[in-house]
Amino acid sequence: MKKVLFTQTEGGKGFYLLLAILGAIIGVGLLGTFHMEHNGHWVTGMNQQIVWGIPHVFAIFLIVAASGALNIASIGSVFGKKIYKPLGRLSALVAIALLTGGLAILVLDLGRPDRLIIAMTHYNFRSIFAWNMIFYNGFFAIVGIYIWTMMEKRMNPYSAKVGLAAFIWRLALTTATGSIFGFLVARQGFDAAIMGPMFVVMSFAYGLAFFWLVLNASYRMTGRELGGVMTKRLKNLLGVFVAGALYFTIVMHLANLYAAEHKGVEDFILNSGGIYTTLFWYGQILIGAIIPLAILYYPATGNSRCGVTFASLLVVLGGIAQMYVTVVGGQAYPLVLFPGHEVSSTFADGVINSYSPTLSEFLLGIMGIALTLALVAVAVRNLRFMPASLADSVADPHSK
Amino acid sequence: MSESNQTDLTRRQFVGKGAAAAAAVTVAPGVLLYGAAEARNLDQPASSDVRWGMLIDTNKCDKGCNDCVTACQTENGWGGENSNEKNSSPEQKAQWIRKVELKDISTGHTQSLPVMCQHCENPPCVDVCPTTASMKRADGVVLVDRHLCIGCRFCMMACPYKARSFVHESLTDQKAHAPRGKGCVESCNLCVHKLDAGEGVTACSVSCTKGAITVGDLNDEKSEIAQQLKNHKTTQIRADLGLNTGVRYRGI
Ligand code: SF4
Repeated sequence: MKKVLFTQTEGGKGFYLLLAILGAIIGVGLLGTFHMEHNGHWVTGMNQQIVWGIPHVFAIFLIVAASGALNIASIGSVFGKKIYKPLGRLSALVAIALLTGGLAILVLDLGRPDRLIIAMTHYNFRSIFAWNMIFYNGFFAIVGIYIWTMMEKRMNPYSAKVGLAAFIWRLALTTATGSIFGFLVARQGFDAAIMGPMFVVMSFAYGLAFFWLVLNASYRMTGRELGGVMTKRLKNLLGVFVAGALYFTIVMHLANLYAAEHKGVEDFILNSGGIYTTLFWYGQILIGAIIPLAILYYPATGNSRCGVTFASLLVVLGGIAQMYVTVVGGQAYPLVLFPGHEVSSTFADGVINSYSPTLSEFLLGIMGIALTLALVAVAVRNLRFMPASLADSVADPHSK
Repeated sequence: MSESNQTDLTRRQFVGKGAAAAAAVTVAPGVLLYGAAEARNLDQPASSDVRWGMLIDTNKCDKGCNDCVTACQTENGWGGENSNEKNSSPEQKAQWIRKVELKDISTGHTQSLPVMCQHCENPPCVDVCPTTASMKRADGVVLVDRHLCIGCRFCMMACPYKARSFVHESLTDQKAHAPRGKGCVESCNLCVHKLDAGEGVTACSVSCTKGAITVGDLNDEKSEIAQQLKNHKTTQIRADLGLNTGVRYRGI
């Protein structure tokens, strides 16, 4: 394999235009956030029953995707697949940027974002949520060092070891994120033990899809070459991950169908849940898995960059749908306090809870994505993250 | 009271510095009325010798009666006709206690009972809270420290009883002993200000003319509540979760 040359991207009009657009989206998102935080959450669609809404859907998607985006770097350095090595830096960068975007949303959706300092100084070590904060901070640190070992020649020899640490850390992080739901024992929709591992597999798919979108767009925008060899490798990987996520989804729902206490919520998601059922079948399964798989494995589309890009876009959309079904759907289904009884109260006992998200919630969520992209754009402009070329001659098909 | 004592109080008592002082003021009449022996010394942490609990006799509880809910609203300054949550939709308004109507699907038997924070021995809300705002006092009362809560709402996700509420807007007109605030989570505090003052009752238990609600020390064998628990079959809601709730029910 030839030595790979890494360069910064060029500035120029295109770059500033991109930044201006992303900046505008972030600005509007912040306005929406200010509206929510200034008035209080009554201006949102969230209520006493649906306490986590659209912002959490986007935030958790980005956080899960973050650990998945690091996968490319891991495969390159931990598993010694040389062909992925040139992508290592960008993969780590996208991972950090995704995590930043996701966490920014989470923080801005708090009831008291001004008390962030309390969250950092009063730790409850029994809380899986607090553990997640430790994992997130550690992720920044480890991946930061990892990027350094990849970029700094003197540090190169350590890159594989740090890469392994980063890999293990990210597995723990995604499991912990998934476990946020697994720990909610009382919620029929969430207490499956499979939630943690399932989130890991989903993170592979979402992270890679997002990574591809960034890679493809930045190579197009900067006029760099991205050859068929690399495209094919990444496409194969994406196909495997999407199929894996689909497999886990099926296993989880089948397992739940056999557990009597989950029958109700399963029927709700799979059959009678209205918007949640629609999003599950059409969003998560059809758009997020089946159509992308068809595109990726149908030779004419699977081997073209456009095809892979379209499939990646669908995987991302399907992923957001999946988060909506998991996060909001899981809350919409009523808690069962008195099995075997019909219940009613002034506090929505026994009824399917409704949620109509408002514009500001979407703006906050989309702001997280824009923030991620802006961070990547600024970083690749200023540091040497991107290989000057990923043409077939660089990404040698015969190297392992 | 020294500065460090004050800080201690903040944690132990659920209220912040300002409110702690306020609570001390309201405590004074309690001390006079009920005798110093029963009131808790606010300089000392709550004692684990005591476990406060509540027994609700659903056989006595009337369908359509809402007295306990109204009493809680008046006592703690939430909800009701003059709710200070002016902007929040009905789905967004806080409810510390609610009446739930039950109908047995197989027999058609109906019942009515109040549900509030069950003051678990192993509270999931305390386990998940990232900042330790959600806490359980040594005497079994589960509280939110208003000054540590960041409003992440994880405790609401974790609570099996839907006992917690999030405040969706700025509030005025609050009770000194029950501070509430935008962006924070709150719930039934077992009228801890009354318990600390040695009154041994809650607003809801006093309000119930049918005598359906008994409050007392579960650890004290001689207490009325312990006697009732000993002599009658009682249940915990979602006992399968193993949370060992401090609130028990008779008749369901
Ligand atoms: S909302 Fe407040 S009390 Fe509840 S878990 Fe979050 S910080 Fe703790």
